[in-house]
Amino acid sequence: MSILVDATGLSCPQPVLLTMNKIKEMQHGQMMIQVDTDTSKENVSRAAQSQGWEVTNVQENDIGYQLTIKKDA
Amino acid sequence: MNKNYFSTRWGIIGVGAFIGVIAALLQKLGNPGNMGICVACFERDIAGAIGLHRAGVVQYMRPEIIGFVLGSLVAAYLFKEFRPRTGSAPIVRFVLGVFAMIGALVFLGCPWRALLRFAAGDANAIFGLLGLTGGIWIGTLFLKGGYNLGRAQKTYTSVGWLLPLTMIGFLALMLIFPQVKGEPKSGILFYSMKGPGMIHAPLLISLMVGLGIGFLAQRSRFCTMGAFRDLILFRQAHLFTGLLALVVFAFITNLALGQFHPGVAGQPVAHTMQIWNFGGMVLSGLAFALAGGCPGRQLFLAGEGDGDAAIFVMGMIVGAGFAHNFGLASSPKGVGPHGIAALVIGLLVCVFIGFTMRKK
Repeated sequence: MSILVDATGLSCPQPVLLTMNKIKEMQHGQMMIQVDTDTSKENVSRAAQSQGWEVTNVQENDIGYQLTIKKDA
Repeated sequence: MNKNYFSTRWGIIGVGAFIGVIAALLQKLGNPGNMGICVACFERDIAGAIGLHRAGVVQYMRPEIIGFVLGSLVAAYLFKEFRPRTGSAPIVRFVLGVFAMIGALVFLGCPWRALLRFAAGDANAIFGLLGLTGGIWIGTLFLKGGYNLGRAQKTYTSVGWLLPLTMIGFLALMLIFPQVKGEPKSGILFYSMKGPGMIHAPLLISLMVGLGIGFLAQRSRFCTMGAFRDLILFRQAHLFTGLLALVVFAFITNLALGQFHPGVAGQPVAHTMQIWNFGGMVLSGLAFALAGGCPGRQLFLAGEGDGDAAIFVMGMIVGAGFAHNFGLASSPKGVGPHGIAALVIGLLVCVFIGFTMRKK
């Protein structure tokens, strides 16, 4: 089961902060991040990639976007 | 998924460069010295135009600000990014806006103008930029400590439209009551007879430039505060490259136009009290960091439907009223009679907000 980080409604830089904290905690694996703006989608993707994580899926939904990021052990 | 070119590395550099060139050109076309674009100064001028303060030298309905919001609105609709939202501690954002403006007026410029002043050779701006960095650094400490203004909620489309509509109203007022040569008032609008408020590029040019920058900045997410914050907090230089491009291209354009005058004393709309140049921007930087965006970014966010950013903008405009009515704003002679007291109060308020609004 994947972990979901809920960053909806949060303004800069909270979505990135939440993602980075989770990345530090998990080190590797897979997680999903729910965001509600395009800016958050771009910022979270950029931050994840800078930590060596791969954005494997971006799913548009009613709230905004659900990103899936992954890093192999 | 649509690729947003403007939010790539080269996109943000391009937008920064564009703003740098255009800002220097606007000065050539009639805007005040080293003030081709200054979000704080221009909002302060708008406050003067509608009589929220009566400082005769800074009263003009700046079309650039109107354009910033409406340009962002157009971009947001065109790319389906208009998302009306609000409810993330609006009163806190208002108060932060007030003190961000007071800090900026102690220094005499927002982060954009600090960069433009620096790119035109004004050495006083270095102290402002150091202060800005310091204020943002304090903000990142709060962010690391769990500071968070809470979640915004999705809301009615009309909520997102209120600030853009206000701007359309301002533009309408300007067209109904245009500046009359030699008159300090036209209908209900105040105009400056001297000082920086009298110095401005033609209305149509200012508006078009504002629309263009608003459009590009919405697409690229250009933010001067975010540039420093992301560098300090995440060691991420994305936004900072845009900021550097702004400085480099403004510098080159200033050189080409004969607007580069290195020095300390006698710089346009600037004072040499370095400790307060520094201190003013510490307050401003901290307030911007706590509110999540520089004054330009708040306008662009308001254009894409962010009602909380709109409240911050209102706070800045009202803050300009306080700043000039209470003698808090500086002038080329130095700080205002109560500027230092306001600075201390502002810092205390920001620290109070930073310490008490935390989620563990």
